[in-house]
This record gives sequence, C-alpha cells and structure tokens, in this order.
Amino acid sequence: MTKSLIYSIIFHSLMILLTVLSLPFMTREPIDLPPIVSVELIQISDKTNIPFAPKARKIIEETKKKEERVVSEQAPPAAKAKEKPDRIPLPDDKKEKKQIVKKKQNPEEVIPQIRQSSEFEKKEIIDTNQIAALIDKAKEVEAVKKNKTDKLTQSSVKNSFASGLTLSQEDALKAQIFGCWSVPLGLPFDDDLLVRIKLKLKKDGTIMKSEILDHQRMNKPGQKFYKVLAESALRAVRLCQPLKVPPTGYEKWKDLQLNFNPTEMLKG
Amino acid sequence: MKRISFFLIIFFLYTKSTYALIEIDITRGNLDPLPIAVSPLHVDVKSETHKDMNIKELGSEISKIIEKNFKNTGLFNPLKKEAFVQKPDIAHLKPRFEDWRLIKAQALVTGKLLVKDEKLKVEFRLWDLTAAKEMTALAFTTTPSNWRRVAHIISDKIYERLTGEEGYFDTRIIYVSESGPKNERIKKLAIMDQDGASTKYLTLGNELVLTPRFNPTNQMVTYLSYFRNMPRVYLLDIETGMQEVVGNFPGMTFAPRFSPDGKKIIMSFAEDGNSDIYTMDLETRVVERITNHSSIDTSPSFSPDGKFICFNSDRSGLQQIYVMRSDGSDVKRITFGKGIYGTPVWSPRGDLIAFTKVRKGRFYIGVMRTDGSGERLLTENFYQEAPSWSPNGRVLVFYRETKSGSKGEGFSASLWSIDITGYNERKLTTKTDASDPSWSSLLSK
Repeated sequence: MTKSLIYSIIFHSLMILLTVLSLPFMTREPIDLPPIVSVELIQISDKTNIPFAPKARKIIEETKKKEERVVSEQAPPAAKAKEKPDRIPLPDDKKEKKQIVKKKQNPEEVIPQIRQSSEFEKKEIIDTNQIAALIDKAKEVEAVKKNKTDKLTQSSVKNSFASGLTLSQEDALKAQIFGCWSVPLGLPFDDDLLVRIKLKLKKDGTIMKSEILDHQRMNKPGQKFYKVLAESALRAVRLCQPLKVPPTGYEKWKDLQLNFNPTEMLKG
Repeated sequence: MKRISFFLIIFFLYTKSTYALIEIDITRGNLDPLPIAVSPLHVDVKSETHKDMNIKELGSEISKIIEKNFKNTGLFNPLKKEAFVQKPDIAHLKPRFEDWRLIKAQALVTGKLLVKDEKLKVEFRLWDLTAAKEMTALAFTTTPSNWRRVAHIISDKIYERLTGEEGYFDTRIIYVSESGPKNERIKKLAIMDQDGASTKYLTLGNELVLTPRFNPTNQMVTYLSYFRNMPRVYLLDIETGMQEVVGNFPGMTFAPRFSPDGKKIIMSFAEDGNSDIYTMDLETRVVERITNHSSIDTSPSFSPDGKFICFNSDRSGLQQIYVMRSDGSDVKRITFGKGIYGTPVWSPRGDLIAFTKVRKGRFYIGVMRTDGSGERLLTENFYQEAPSWSPNGRVLVFYRETKSGSKGEGFSASLWSIDITGYNERKLTTKTDASDPSWSSLLSK
C-alpha cells in the first residue's frame, strides 16, 4: 500500500513538475490563432519580398558557411547594443534603425495589442532587421550575422516552432496555393468554415498523404457547405503538386498543416 | 521507474512533435469559375426511335443544356468540347483522369441514355478529377419528351454536389408578356423554363394582367386581372390550367402573394380610400386585416418561416420598408437610407430581403439583411423593379424598361437576372417583351 502511495506521489509530483516546465509552451499554443497572424505576415512579406529575394541566397549561403561561428555568437539583444554605436550611416537611416531596435529590445511592450505569440514577434523582428539591413547597405554583412543569431535563438529557445520556413518561403507556398484554390463562391459568408488539412510531403514537394482534420464533420447532416469547402481545399492541394517547398530542411516541413479559411474572400 | 521514464520520453517527444508542425493559413484563392467538362451523354446503340425525336443527338443536346445552365450561374466554366480527349462511352465507364486533368478540368460529367419501350433512361456520373474518384451518380427514367427536364434535374444534382446549396435549374418563370405600342400594350401571362425554353401563354390578352406570383409549395399561381375595370385576384393551376377567382376587391388592389405554406394570400387593397395589408385564407375565404394605419401600406411579403411580414409604407413621409410580426404587431422600420424603397421580397433562405430603390431618378435592385443592415445595391438602371428570388435564394430575376421617346418609340421591357454577389448580370431571352417575373420552386421537389 505504502509502496504504491509512494509511486503515486512520485509520479504525480513528476507530472506537476512537467506541467510547470512545459506550461509556457502550452499557454502559447492557443494564442496561435491563424487569422490574426496571417494578416501580419502578409503585410510584412509585401514589404520584404522584393528587396529581400535576391539577397536571400547570399544570406542563406553565408549562414551555411558560418554556422559554427554563429553558434558561439552572443544573444541578439547584446549584438544590437554593440551595433548601434558602430554605425554612422545617413541621418535618416539612423532614425529608422533606432526605431526598429527599440522594438526589438522589448517586443512584448510593442505588440500585445495585436496579441501575437512571441514566436511570431520574433519572426517579425527578424524581418524588420532584414529591412534595416537592406537599407543600410554598408552594414550588410553584420545584418546577415544578426539574422543568423536571431534564427538560432529562436530555434533553440522555442523548440523550433514554426521556424521551418522563412517568410519568403511561406509566401511562395501561399501564393502557389492561392493560385490553385478555386473558392466555392456559393458558400455562405457568415458561417464558421475553416478546413484544416494535414499533409505529409515528399522531398520534392509532392504529397504522400493528405488528411482533413475534422473529416467526420464532412458527412454530418447540415454540413454540406463544409464538405464542399473541404473538397475544394483538397483539390487545390492536389492541383498544386509539387508544392514549392524549400530545398533544405525536409525534416521541418515534411509535415505541414494548411488552414483554409474563405471568410475574408466571401465577404469580399 | 523505467516505465515512468518511458512515459516521460513519450511525453517530451509528443510535445516536441506538436510544436514542430508548420501551419499555413490560406485565406485567399482565385475567384475563377470552376472548370468543368461536360462530356456528351453516350447514346446506347440499342436505343429505339421515338416519334420524330432525333435520339442520336439527344446525348449531346442534354449535355449542352447542362453546360448552358452551369455557364449562367457564373460559378462554373464549362470547357470546350473540342478539347475533350475521351469518347463519351469510355469516359462514362472509367475516365482517364490524367487526360482530363491535362485540359485543366477539375470536374467531369459523363452519362449515357437509352430509349426503349417509349421510355427514356438516363444515368450520369460526376467525377472529381483531382481526387480521381466519383462524387455522385444517379439514374432517371421518364418519357422521352421530358428530356429537357432531365437535363435540368442533372444540372441541379451536380450543382448541389459541387456548391452545397440547392439548384434552381428545374424551375419555371412566370411573367407578363407584353406586345404592341406603349400606350396600348397587350399583356398576357406567359410561362417558360428558367433557361427561356418552352414558352407558353396562359391568358389571351384581352384583359390586363399584373403581378403573377408562384405558390412556394406547388405550381399554383396567383395574379391580378382587371375585369370591367374591377381588380380581381385569380388562382391558376399551371398543371391543369384550372382558373378561379379568389375575390373582387375594392379600389386599388396590389400584388397578391402566397404565404410560405401556400394556404393564404397576402395583398394590399384600399378600403375607405386608404391602402392597408390583408390576408385571405384560401380555404375559408376569410379576409383578415393586418395593418390599420392612415398611411399607404403595400407590397407585403412573408418570411419563409411565416412569422414575419415585410412591406412598404409611407408612414414616415417617404416610402420605406418595414417589418412586422405576421399578426401585424411590432412594426419596425428597417430602411433609413436616402431615396425611396419599394417591392421588398423576403429570400426563401430567410437571410436577406431584396428591394427596389429609387434615388435621384435612378432605379437600383439591392439586398439587405432582414434587420435592414448590410444594404448592397446590386445593379443600377434607368428603370427596373420587381425582384423575385430563385428557390435557393441565390439569384434574383427582375425586369427592366428602356427609356422611350414621346410617342413611346424605343420602349422595351425585358427580364434580367443577377446573383446576390452583384456579379453575373444576364438578360433572359423571352419571345416578347416581358415584365413582372416570378420564379417557381423546384418542379422535381
């Protein structure tokens, strides 16, 4: 009796410990509301995409070369502190830089109204840095380094959540699927229609397996519209094969979840 | 202890794998109509001849009607038949999906028909080409002369499967056919299939007819006709051609319309020179007064659940739209925009009210929610009015008149349709000038 009690106590205290340890991650998950996040990402990418794309290769190449060095580098806030006095760019540039850096130093103060999870804040920060880096051409190399450090901290601290794709990669994928998806226009716009599809991908971006997450809802009576939407989403995914996935990091993106939400479109 | 550590590892692995999943939100897509291939129906070689019908061509005729129906919805893009790569009979057995995907089709309709013993047997299949599977398949047997309806019913089934909402192809539209000079118009009741085919005239044209309206539950029509300058409300059974007078009403009588259960007629007429809203029970012929106001109340229309009535009234000074309970209580004004609002019609889906709006001499057809919010004007013109809903509440049919000269030259009236998104405005083909359309419910229901 006492033995099992002890086991129970040990086990329970372990569970409590585990919960406490993993609590921050758990609290973050529900904040990961797709619509809000997506809006932000699109806006940023619109800004970054054009100037960033040609530079992206350089950045990636350099990261590859200096991967080891980067690991040993300092955490991002410190790097920034050093950076500021270093630079003596044009006065305009300087102003912009300052603003961005402020944002980065205490991101939680800036963004709570948007209610984003910190992972995405980080993403945003990476991106604003890239913008800054592109403006400040003289300091390009430094910016690249910073970019790397950010990435690394993100993956090490945040359990590599959502870090499988860069914004541009994600945008490329989105743009591809946007093109393939014929939204069924007869759907009522005020219904709660969100179809989540989980994909298992091959390395070349073709689909090994696709699964609708709430597929039992499809065959329920009165869910005709959901069924139509789910089918259209599946068609889109299949039409788009092979998906435009990044050439590297297969492990990160081999499982992919697509959330199809036509509400915005139908409200038009 | 080993077990615990095992669970621990599982737990960590689990949490790790959850967070590693990348999620991407797809909030946009293309608004292009869905590319669909409608293969001609294969005509079975055992088919016999039937009267003077060209059975051999029947398969492609049916597919043409289906294509036309789809094109008119604006939601589908039927692909050209020249690009088709597989013969109808083989495609109907098992299509080569890759070949059809090559011509960018996402859905495929195949079918076959057989005429034997004076009966037409038609079967069809709808294929999802990207998923390489059959979505639906049905067969019908009917008399061969009914082949157009078969085409419409197939269209309805496919439309329903692909959009999730009921179709509206196997339906008819009743309207007032007009001919002659503007000040001496001959007006007859006419009915046609929703696609403009099979026009029939139901009255001779020696009496003025107005505002035909379908019973939402069957193929009965109510309309207004002047007999010796007295307005009379008639009931007409389209299947049998039987006609009966519901009653003579005093003064100006307007726009009789059925209740959703088809058991009552609601209309407005003027007793003591002031127009109010009344209902009449068709069985007992008891007339009940619904509104009693010193202003002019007209154009009543029931909500599909029968609990509310929307109507026109000038009680605020200008003509606006009001909603009340079906017993006349709880009257609420719902339009507050600039201009005059008229002819409110409650959608069969229940979510919207269609109306005509006049502002600065221009006429608009629009829709709004039943509380008056979310007003959307769909189309604007010199003169247009009388919207009527398709049975699925997605398309409106209305009529439009052109500006005429001082002697009435250049005048014409025609039927138009538009869907509630405001896209896809189309002119309906009618044999004569036409006004005052009303859309029937599905015939095959």
